Amino acid sequence: MNKIAFAAALLLAVLAPYAVYPVFLMSALCFAIFACAFNLLIGYVGLLSFGHAAYFGFASYVTAVAVKRWGFEPLLGILLGAGAAGLLGLVFGALAIRRQGIYFAMITLALSQMVFFYALQAKWTGGEDGIQAVPRRALFGLFDLTGETAMYYFVLAIFLLALALIYRTIHSPFGQVLKAIRENEARAISLGYEVDRYKLLAFVLSAAIAGLGGGTKALVTHIASLTDVQWQMSGEVVLMTLVGGMGTVLGPAVGAFVIVMMQNYLATTGEWVLVIQGVIFVVTVLAFRRGIVGEAIARWHLYRSRRALRAARAAAPGPADAPPSAAPPG
Amino acid sequence: MFELLGVPPQALFGQLLLGLINGAFYAMLSLGLAVIFGLLNVINFIHGAQYMLGAFAAWGLANYLGLGYWWALLIAPIAVGLSGMAIERLLLRRLYSVDHLYGLLLTFGIATIIEGVFRQRFGSSGQAFSIPAELAGGHNLGFMFLPNYRAWVVGVSLTVCLATWFLIERTRLGSTLRAATENARLVQAFGINVPRMILLTYGFGVALAALAGVMAAPIYQLSPLMGTNLIVVVFAVVVIGGMGSILGSVVTGFGLGVIEGFTKVFYPEASNTVIFVIMAIVLLIKPAGLFGQTR
Repeated sequence: MNKIAFAAALLLAVLAPYAVYPVFLMSALCFAIFACAFNLLIGYVGLLSFGHAAYFGFASYVTAVAVKRWGFEPLLGILLGAGAAGLLGLVFGALAIRRQGIYFAMITLALSQMVFFYALQAKWTGGEDGIQAVPRRALFGLFDLTGETAMYYFVLAIFLLALALIYRTIHSPFGQVLKAIRENEARAISLGYEVDRYKLLAFVLSAAIAGLGGGTKALVTHIASLTDVQWQMSGEVVLMTLVGGMGTVLGPAVGAFVIVMMQNYLATTGEWVLVIQGVIFVVTVLAFRRGIVGEAIARWHLYRSRRALRAARAAAPGPADAPPSAAPPG
Repeated sequence: MFELLGVPPQALFGQLLLGLINGAFYAMLSLGLAVIFGLLNVINFIHGAQYMLGAFAAWGLANYLGLGYWWALLIAPIAVGLSGMAIERLLLRRLYSVDHLYGLLLTFGIATIIEGVFRQRFGSSGQAFSIPAELAGGHNLGFMFLPNYRAWVVGVSLTVCLATWFLIERTRLGSTLRAATENARLVQAFGINVPRMILLTYGFGVALAALAGVMAAPIYQLSPLMGTNLIVVVFAVVVIGGMGSILGSVVTGFGLGVIEGFTKVFYPEASNTVIFVIMAIVLLIKPAGLFGQTR
């Protein structure tokens, strides 16, 4: 069942650029990578990082500089951006994991604001202008990525790579420990796990994958700008993940598509986009905490267990349904 | 004229005063956050928006109703505080039984709504709000010029902070509040209406933010974005001070404001980030914050 669904989704993704504007698909995919990376922390370790835009945006600057000024090959440029984001995540993560819960969120937010001010003031980031006219060049120096369709498949490949990496991580023994930390940190410590090292590694991984998304976005949109390091962007990725479903593999990607689509439709309404995003935030938190995919999975499980129960009853009346027997015990 | 550390004293004291003013706002805002967090365990992300609401309430009262600064000082905190109580009663209260992070996300969403509405209505440009006539002008202290309004801001902020400290640490009501912070269930078992207490505490914290907003209206750019950027700095202030003690957050607020002022004189490029750097250092040395207890 899962395999069929996955194959269908893949086929859809491959055919999509013939039906939908590829640039829209590509930017949605970049945000999907970003949201999946963020979800690795909130959904599987229970850490709410409210400053993930720092890694996304920082990587987009690094990739833009590498490809535009140093003439890097695109994939190498993106990997360099992801590596830089991972390093940044190592430093910030080491600081932030010293506190838990709400403090963790505030610390990551404050640290990301530092990156924002740095990007605003530093020379190489271009300040308010950002880095514009970033070329895409040719993959491995062979395949030209200037065309939108070619670029789309490149971005799709990176997305699938990121998704596979995340899937492997959460289904590995390492991922099991992360989930244990999410469920009960004190217990994980008492079982002898060095919780801080697990958290830090997860943080670095999440930052690097977020950077993968950011670097790719710089090539897709030809620009690296302050928008991507602003803390509002950190809020947006939280929203995408929440809407799609925290702690589900595909939820954040679905959420990213929904939010990017909404932003596209409402682009002409000015600041109402913000208001509507806020309303979605509030409604989701109050009444829809499982998100789209989380809700779908829950419904599916409910349906299956009900059907199984009904089938069992139809086949042979279980002891619970049988009339109370009058036979004496023994 | 002599120089201090290679900087003319007017510039030095001028920046110091600006720092003290910023510190006054950090102190009031982090105080409100700390009071709310103590009882609700929720970081009130709306705080920045509520500060902005306070400032716009003052502006609206002056422009639509012709009520001046002094009326605003009274009405705006009450009105914004009441709106905060409505938020607590209708929305926040539903989330006390789930993970506290959802409270953070909810308040973030509400802040986004409020800001979006104001940005739609007023754009990102600033509105004008003048200093009340009674507080215009200033005094020449010999080594520097002290505008009256700025002295007023620092004075009011200190008074409000000390009054809050007295209320919480030295009165019967405050002791009940502190008890509820420690163990809300036990206090409820003693027959005290804890949900109402939470409601009022939230309203009080929000009113503090709105009061800060009214005081900021004449000196800072009055715009829908005024709270957004401030609140992130205030979060850093809260992390540095730790939310354990009232006086701690006041001291941290003023202290960081002054440090920021000094940085503007000696190394202006870092003035935006100095508080975040200090936060990082404090996290390395004393993760619980300067005045915080780990819990």
